[in-house]
Amino acid sequence: MPGTVIIGAGHGGVQLAASLRETGYEGRVRLISADPDLPYHKPPLSKSFMKTPDAPLQPLRGEAFFDQNDIALDLGREVVRVERERKRLICSDGSALDYDKLVLATGTRARKLTVPGAELDGVHSLRTAEDARALRADLPGARRVVVIGGGFIGLEAAAMLAARGLSVSVVELAPRLLGRAVSSITAQTIASYLEGEGVSLHLDTAIEAIDGQNGRVTDVRLSDEVLAADLVLVGVGAEPMDELARDAGLVVENGIVVDEFLATSAPDIFAIGDCVSFPQVHLGCHTRLESVQNATDQARSLAQTLTGTPQPYAALPWFWSDIGAVKLQIAGLAREGGETLATRSDDGQVKSVYHLAGGQLVACETLNSAGEHMLSRRMIAEGITPARTVLETGDTAEIKKAYAAVKNF
Amino acid sequence: MTKLTFIEPSGNRREIEADGGQSVMQAATAAGIEGIAAECGGSCMCATCHCLVCEAPGGLPEMESDEADTLEFTAEEMRETSRLICQIEVTTEIEGTVFKVMGR
Ligand SMILES: Cc1cc2nc3c(=O)[nH]c(=O)nc-3n(C[C@H](O)[C@H](O)[C@H](O)COP(=O)(O)OP(=O)(O)OC[C@H]3O[C@@H](n4cnc5c(N)ncnc54)[C@H](O)[C@@H]3O)c2cc1C
Ligand code: FES
Repeated sequence: MPGTVIIGAGHGGVQLAASLRETGYEGRVRLISADPDLPYHKPPLSKSFMKTPDAPLQPLRGEAFFDQNDIALDLGREVVRVERERKRLICSDGSALDYDKLVLATGTRARKLTVPGAELDGVHSLRTAEDARALRADLPGARRVVVIGGGFIGLEAAAMLAARGLSVSVVELAPRLLGRAVSSITAQTIASYLEGEGVSLHLDTAIEAIDGQNGRVTDVRLSDEVLAADLVLVGVGAEPMDELARDAGLVVENGIVVDEFLATSAPDIFAIGDCVSFPQVHLGCHTRLESVQNATDQARSLAQTLTGTPQPYAALPWFWSDIGAVKLQIAGLAREGGETLATRSDDGQVKSVYHLAGGQLVACETLNSAGEHMLSRRMIAEGITPARTVLETGDTAEIKKAYAAVKNF
Repeated sequence: MTKLTFIEPSGNRREIEADGGQSVMQAATAAGIEGIAAECGGSCMCATCHCLVCEAPGGLPEMESDEADTLEFTAEEMRETSRLICQIEVTTEIEGTVFKVMGR
């Protein structure tokens, strides 16, 4: 029996292999990844990995783990086709592999910039270890960096590079940072922080072209200004890697479409992580999320299904982003048109933003306030909303008291 | 090199030699200690590196507020000896510490 084959050894794929063994799965498990590096944590790539020239990759599991758990790890191999009828995969080296159950955990790729000059040397994106090494190798000698896109990865990198003494500009098409991922209050707070760190922000600004000389970037042309640049980091979002699914005739719409058991439209093919559009129970519609939590919790949930105790996926989303000294944490998912309630610390800094929809607590953003984040995760998951007057205090002890009072009622 | 001992969720006891300049979580993960998912990679967010400290002959550095807050509100009950091992740096002072992995 060929067992379970997982395509993609990122956060989702590796957790699935681990969870299958933890839940007693006895069949064969094969983990295939186009990425040649021993599976590693992605979040540090835009954070600690950039801090020093020799910071190592942080492995998701030690090398011995895969052997110890009888997981066949097949790195540096790309799957190019899924043959559903024969239940086999074709790889780029021409080899073929059979499967009983197939799991697509293929993640995303960095969206490409379409302006002229995007292919010049010195223009980077950041998605894989290879990208991160290339960017890091290009840092010595660089003085002026332009980050294109004010999303999480771009802002984390901007803060990190500014701390290394580089002159950093961020250019964002929208009138604010971080799009709809966070409330405008949080976006504003992060913008002020970055400016305080010396990062110059160009919001509501389009890129016209990237210019270069002898094949290497020299500046970034905006509608009203030219920014000199030795290095450009493009962080304009990611696209789901759904080609394998699409070519195999699976339903694909903003990612590989799965049901609440993470099953695709084809029998014996499942999908997890950044590449899937799944029924999000808290929102009541299909959604695609890009986060470590989503990939790993879906992996745990799918392991249950594959070992005979199916469970609909219903975990509460949470996310973090370390933007310099600001630890942004998000619990739950905000709703369009809901109300927000911000709290401040004694020095006037915003420290949390609670999102209510129909009077219910649905999400919470915190800035360097881990206790409030952890407590919010519990309250949202359990459907408990303390009185607004209590939330407004932003006092973890008070909120905890209110939560405990409801729990013990 | 610092000697550290882990009791895995299965009860298995394993000793490792860890280099300085990394967290206890990183050393444990690299050595393949079972039961540490370390989902957030050491950002003090996931509590999947939760361990109980059984023995600490040389003591351990105090917890920062992030670690204490995260531990207090995690799903598993926080105990007197609970620590998030991604927040503890490997140094020679912690030689001989014994951690019990909570797992999940
Ligand atoms: C720089 C950076 C910083 C981030 N920071 C955070 C953060 O702070 N917090 C957070 O929650 N999330 C963060 N993320 C997002 C997080 O890393 C992703 O959500 C997570 O990696 C998703 O896991 P996954 O398993 O779905 O996909 P991935 O981890 O991307 O893994 C997909 C794997 O599939 C492989 N693959 C794809 N197609 C094929 C094929 N045809 N054949 C073989 N192999 C294939 C790829 O090589 C890759 O190894 C960050 C991401 C990046 C890039
Ligand atoms: S690794 Fe996530 S809290 Fe320690």
